Amino acid sequence: MTSELIVFLVLSLVAIAAALGMVFSRNAVYSALFLVLNFTTVAVFYLLLGAPFIAMSQITVYAGAIMVLFLFVIMLLGVDSLAPSKSLPWQKPLAFSLAFILVVESVYLLISRAQPNMVVTAPDIAVNSMDNLREMAMTMFNQFLLPFEVTSVLLLVAMVGAIVLTNREKVGRK
Amino acid sequence: MVPVDYYIILSAILFTIGAMGVLIRRNPLIIFMSIELMLNAGNLAFVAFSNMYKSFNGQIFVFFVIAVAAAEVAVGLALIVEIFKTKKNINIDEMNSLKG
Amino acid sequence: MHLSETVTSGFFFLAPWLVFAPLTGLLINLIFGKWFKFSEKMVGTVASLASGAAFVVSVLLAYSVSINHGEMVRWRLAEWIHVGTLQLDWTFRMDSLSTTMMLVVSGVGTLIHIYAIGYMHEDVRFKKEEGRFPRFFIFLNLFIAAMMILVSGDSYMMLFVGWEGVGLCSFLLIGFWYEMDTLARPSWANSNAAKKAFITNRVGDFGFLIAGFLMFWYLGSFQFDQVFEAAKSAPPEIIVAITLFMLVGVAGKSAQIPLYIWLPDAMAGPTPVSALIHAATMVTAGVYLVTRSAEIYTLVPQAQYIVAMVGAGTALFAATIAVGQYDIKKVLAYSTISQLGFMVAAVGMGAYVAGMFHLITHAFFKALLFLSAGSVILGMERGHHHLAHAHHESKPAKGKKSSKETHDDSHHDEIFDPGDMRNMGGLRKTMPVTFWLYIIGTLALAGIFPFAGFWSKDEILLDASLHFTSIYWQLTLAAFLTAFYMGRQIWMVFFGEPRHAAAAHAEESPKVMTVPLMVLAALSILGGALNLPFEGFHNLGHWLGYTLAEVESLPLDLKVAGISTVLALAAILTSWLLYGRNPLKAGQIDPLKRPLGFIFTGMENKWFVDEGYFAIIINPFKKLSQFLADVIDWQFWHDFVHDTVILGTYNWLSEIALDHYADQKGIDAFANWLGTATQSVSATLRKIQNGFVRSYALSVMLGVVLILGYLIFK
Repeated sequence: MTSELIVFLVLSLVAIAAALGMVFSRNAVYSALFLVLNFTTVAVFYLLLGAPFIAMSQITVYAGAIMVLFLFVIMLLGVDSLAPSKSLPWQKPLAFSLAFILVVESVYLLISRAQPNMVVTAPDIAVNSMDNLREMAMTMFNQFLLPFEVTSVLLLVAMVGAIVLTNREKVGRK
Repeated sequence: MVPVDYYIILSAILFTIGAMGVLIRRNPLIIFMSIELMLNAGNLAFVAFSNMYKSFNGQIFVFFVIAVAAAEVAVGLALIVEIFKTKKNINIDEMNSLKG
Repeated sequence: MHLSETVTSGFFFLAPWLVFAPLTGLLINLIFGKWFKFSEKMVGTVASLASGAAFVVSVLLAYSVSINHGEMVRWRLAEWIHVGTLQLDWTFRMDSLSTTMMLVVSGVGTLIHIYAIGYMHEDVRFKKEEGRFPRFFIFLNLFIAAMMILVSGDSYMMLFVGWEGVGLCSFLLIGFWYEMDTLARPSWANSNAAKKAFITNRVGDFGFLIAGFLMFWYLGSFQFDQVFEAAKSAPPEIIVAITLFMLVGVAGKSAQIPLYIWLPDAMAGPTPVSALIHAATMVTAGVYLVTRSAEIYTLVPQAQYIVAMVGAGTALFAATIAVGQYDIKKVLAYSTISQLGFMVAAVGMGAYVAGMFHLITHAFFKALLFLSAGSVILGMERGHHHLAHAHHESKPAKGKKSSKETHDDSHHDEIFDPGDMRNMGGLRKTMPVTFWLYIIGTLALAGIFPFAGFWSKDEILLDASLHFTSIYWQLTLAAFLTAFYMGRQIWMVFFGEPRHAAAAHAEESPKVMTVPLMVLAALSILGGALNLPFEGFHNLGHWLGYTLAEVESLPLDLKVAGISTVLALAAILTSWLLYGRNPLKAGQIDPLKRPLGFIFTGMENKWFVDEGYFAIIINPFKKLSQFLADVIDWQFWHDFVHDTVILGTYNWLSEIALDHYADQKGIDAFANWLGTATQSVSATLRKIQNGFVRSYALSVMLGVVLILGYLIFK
């Protein structure tokens, strides 16, 4: 058992625990914080996988911007938790069992189809150098230039949409 | 040397937990977070494969997914705020006007 | 070939306006009349101006022809039919003959348009249908346009277009008051008269068409000059066939034996129509056709002789019937038939100028007579109306003196016929203007020197005396009868005492009606000057000589003229002895009845020709139709073949085979099953649609699990 594997297993446990905590917390604020923990853990995974740029994006965009947005909304609405509901009594047991089956199925599929030599390599120092980043930038702005621009338009549209949605009444009043 | 399978299994587990969260929670904010979790699980798999194939394409995909997720969250949260303003409640079980 | 290429001076380019001027008037009245609510005067003025414009064009065309020394000019307006060797164009043909006809048609037509403004104004009021006023003028304009097409056509087919067009207008105008009879009682009598005219003319048109087909088959063209040219080298029996079939058409249109029967019934139309269409213009189309085809007819003397005999026979036959008629318009109608017989006899004898001359003068004096008769009828209507009106006003005031009132009542409630000469009498005092006009028309028709009729009729008689003695005597006898029945009419209508209260109260017609009559009267007096039988005065003969190959210019023969004048005077004297000396009393039978006996009964009843046609043609035809309809069509085809055989088979097939097995047990059952199944399935499935987003997500999850399971166990 190598050190990488140990790190991986520990982090995996943290990630799964954080995910479960997010799902099962009664309080939405706790859920959000658990998710931040999960995202941070995943960012470490990215570093382990030799993707420092994505790791940083993960932390700034996901753990930072998006989750702050979530917390804002949670606190803005003030709906930390909902009263227990009697509707759909079979939902929870069914969901648990389906989730269990899904995990078993996917794990089985992956293991049964696994091939030897499919390993991730540990990042060396070169991965974190500027060359790596430059190369990625070259790929993004050459091969994926059009999707990049489309994404920018998508973000713009999302922004406009969010403003229009929340500002509807004011516009109507004018 | 961690086998790539491990990452994929972790991704699958995280994904399933996210899906379960969508199924059992009634708070749309939590459901949203669960969806983000599922996206993350997918991202993890992407990066793992990117590493395995020594290609940047996976990472660039993740980058796009993050951008799209950010857009989605912006619109989704705006919707939730709007729904709350209208219904004074965000219980997803009460949004059942499409009942057959 | 086209002379219009060489002759350019003149107003020939105006030729299309012969047709389009009346059509413009028609369209203005038709389209704008309702929008802008034209008054009756406006409608009449527009129509008269349209007709007048055609007259002006005719004058200009005639002038243009004369300055071109009678050269015929063609003006091609449009291509009509070009198929194979058939080359038909809408071409206007302007020569001395066609321009003469144009002048007569548009000149007399315009006067009658003006007259009709006054006539129809009252007619629509007596008939209580004032909204129908514009329609009359629309039809009248249409008639002028069609007649212009007829006389200006350059081929037999173009002539035929106008021929049918005037036939249509005749039908429309005879049936103008289609929902009543001549006495304004609700009935289909007028429309039956219109149908009779139309159908009888179809028989004639059939002859015309056959002649046309023969012409195209053997002579290769419809164009006049080409036909004439080809006819010279064609076998004579073909020409005889063509000319005789054409004669059938002439007999139909110009009301000759045996197809004249429609013309008396055509008097159902308003009087201006009788004057314009059924006296002055349309019915002379047959004479025009023969004159136009002169070059063919001169090739076959046998056919010419038949034409002349038909004309002379008609002239005499119709004159005898006219003697026994009581209706003022019927007398004139038979007189028209008789005079048309004169014209046909003349053109049959080859005396084309005489025929055309009589056509023109006849158009003047017969239009005058008809329109005056219309004036008389309206005068009677006015008197009748006046009585009824006065009676209604006085009734409440003189309530007690009811014995006299009831006597008057019986007068008004009975059907009053304003056209019956037995109701008239003494009108010379109440309608003096009409009386004098009528006298002029009568003298012209009777052939008294120096009126127009004297010159034209004498020319025909002179021609006949030189060529065909039998025809001469027939025509002379007809002329005698003409003078007699016209004298009888004058004495009955204008002299003696009124035989009906309405006649006593008759009123004179307004200026709009009498002024055109005065113009016509002047023409009736002076019309003879067109072609006086003296050297240097054969104007019409000279003029038509441009077009017609051979023209006889005969000097005055004192013997013929003397005989006819003496006979005419004798006839008038006889009529005075019978009707003038002892005027008819109300309800008295005709004084001719006793001496003539059954002959007069025959005259009264038109020699039972209509009844004969019914017995020989119409009733057998009806019986045959009845048989075909009842027995063959209904009983055999409908009842047996359709209902029993076809329907029975079909019913058996559909009930047993298709309905029971295929439809009910197969298709129907399946369709029902499909319906119920869909209903029950959807009833179950709709429970799934519970509105909870979470359970929908659960379904998605289940789907994912199942698909993965499938992938595993694949």
